[in-house]
Amino acid sequence: MANAKRKKVRTGRAKKTAPAKGAAKRRPAKKARKPKRAARSSAEAKRAGAAKTARKAAPRRPAAKPAAVSPALKVIDAKRIADVVAMLSMEANFDLCGDVEKAIERGLGLEESPVGKEIIGQILENAAIARAERMPICQDTGLAIVFVELGQDVHVRGGLEEAINEGVRRGYTEGYLRKSVLGDPLRRVNTKDNTPAVIHARVVPGRTLRLWVVPKGGGSENKSRIAMLKPADGVEGVKKFVLEAVKIASADPCPPIIVGVGVGGSFEQCAMNAKRALLREVGSVHPDPFYADLERELYRKVNDLGIGPQGLGGRITALAVHIEAAPCHIASLPVAVNMNCHAARHKMAEL
Amino acid sequence: MAEYSMKTPLRPEDVDRLRAGDAVKLTGDIYTARDAAHKRLVDLIKDGKTLPMPLEGQVIYYVGPSPTPPGKPIGSAGPTTSGRMDPYAPILIERGLRGMIGKGERSAGVVEAMQKHGCVYFAATGGAAALLSKRIVAAEVIAYPELGAESISRLRVENFPVIVAQDRYGGNIYRDGQKQYAR
Repeated sequence: MANAKRKKVRTGRAKKTAPAKGAAKRRPAKKARKPKRAARSSAEAKRAGAAKTARKAAPRRPAAKPAAVSPALKVIDAKRIADVVAMLSMEANFDLCGDVEKAIERGLGLEESPVGKEIIGQILENAAIARAERMPICQDTGLAIVFVELGQDVHVRGGLEEAINEGVRRGYTEGYLRKSVLGDPLRRVNTKDNTPAVIHARVVPGRTLRLWVVPKGGGSENKSRIAMLKPADGVEGVKKFVLEAVKIASADPCPPIIVGVGVGGSFEQCAMNAKRALLREVGSVHPDPFYADLERELYRKVNDLGIGPQGLGGRITALAVHIEAAPCHIASLPVAVNMNCHAARHKMAEL
Repeated sequence: MAEYSMKTPLRPEDVDRLRAGDAVKLTGDIYTARDAAHKRLVDLIKDGKTLPMPLEGQVIYYVGPSPTPPGKPIGSAGPTTSGRMDPYAPILIERGLRGMIGKGERSAGVVEAMQKHGCVYFAATGGAAALLSKRIVAAEVIAYPELGAESISRLRVENFPVIVAQDRYGGNIYRDGQKQYAR
């Protein structure tokens, strides 16, 4: 049964793009169906309208069972969402994504430090053990961060947020994953089931619900930073800030790391983009050549810092630098860096 | 970079022999403790009370394992960031603690205590938690079970792979290694 469930998991990340953009890319394939759906929904509307009028005039038919949802909407049961989130929570923690593993393998070939090579070797062996024995890759199975893309023609029967938390609760319990969530940051009492999840939901066009479960460890999250630079600081200011963040983080975020950079946007959007940047496929090239160049330059400079695997010195400090830019205010230049450790975990499912 | 196999508890001469960059395989009993357990241990020392475990010659592993699944001695068990234990470590080193296992560089205060009393800081590979759990053959909670993943356990390890990150002579592979590869 577990096997059948596992097949539903897709590659774990959207090609080249963070969640919302992935949806936009897939849209053309569904264009053909659109007119049919529109026709059906307008016919449905007419029928519903007619029924309403008829009832008003002469209620001679027995009241029909209330049709809560128009057939134009895809109905997804909250229970199914909980099942999928439970499964994703476990898979993300047991099964390192292929692109991350490939990047680590590439790093093994490039690393010059003997200690660094030994560490990268351990990391690869660890991924194989975790996968084979269905054990957590890292004991810090993180906050459960859940990205949701809800197609606007989807109706969730039941509570979406509740379902996600139920899934996290079950996945973290059944999978023997560590519960690292405190109910309050200052009174610090563990909720004992790793809820609440951190949920980021967006409504997008279409009839599909996409869920990403992204377990995020404390070690790398603690080393993340944000700054509101002056526009005059420009691209040089951004580079300086990113390099400083990696240097200060040093060994603590468990290098080799993935560096997620948000540039522009508002304060909170910038931080969010730094996180979304971590979901991009490792090794993919930024679609905008300007940012592709900037990523390449930062990747080289970050690795020239010499921090190396686990900060013990070496060539491979970062597996990738990913940037997500957003339009911003004339007075602002926000920049955020969200670090991810080499155990960059996430799994996605589409319903 | 020398390679050693060592048994715990560590003797003073074991610590004296180790230099930053050496690879060590540890066998024997070690103790787990994270932030909350450290706070309790230090509070006990300050109150002049008995600790739940011996310190002389012992090694503390900074780890909060994932829950133990059926049929295994322990869940995944990789190191956590050591810097959070820096405010507490010198007091334990003064009381005989001879080794610490974690990840990330230690502060000047810890280094000073290591030099003065003879203690070594080992790095285990962060995020290699499934692999490291395979080198732990037995685990028993000995104090503060109410702290869950943060309770103190005695672990029996066999050939547990660590690297000497900071030695008792001020040797520091974070500093020296990074300098060597920076360009």
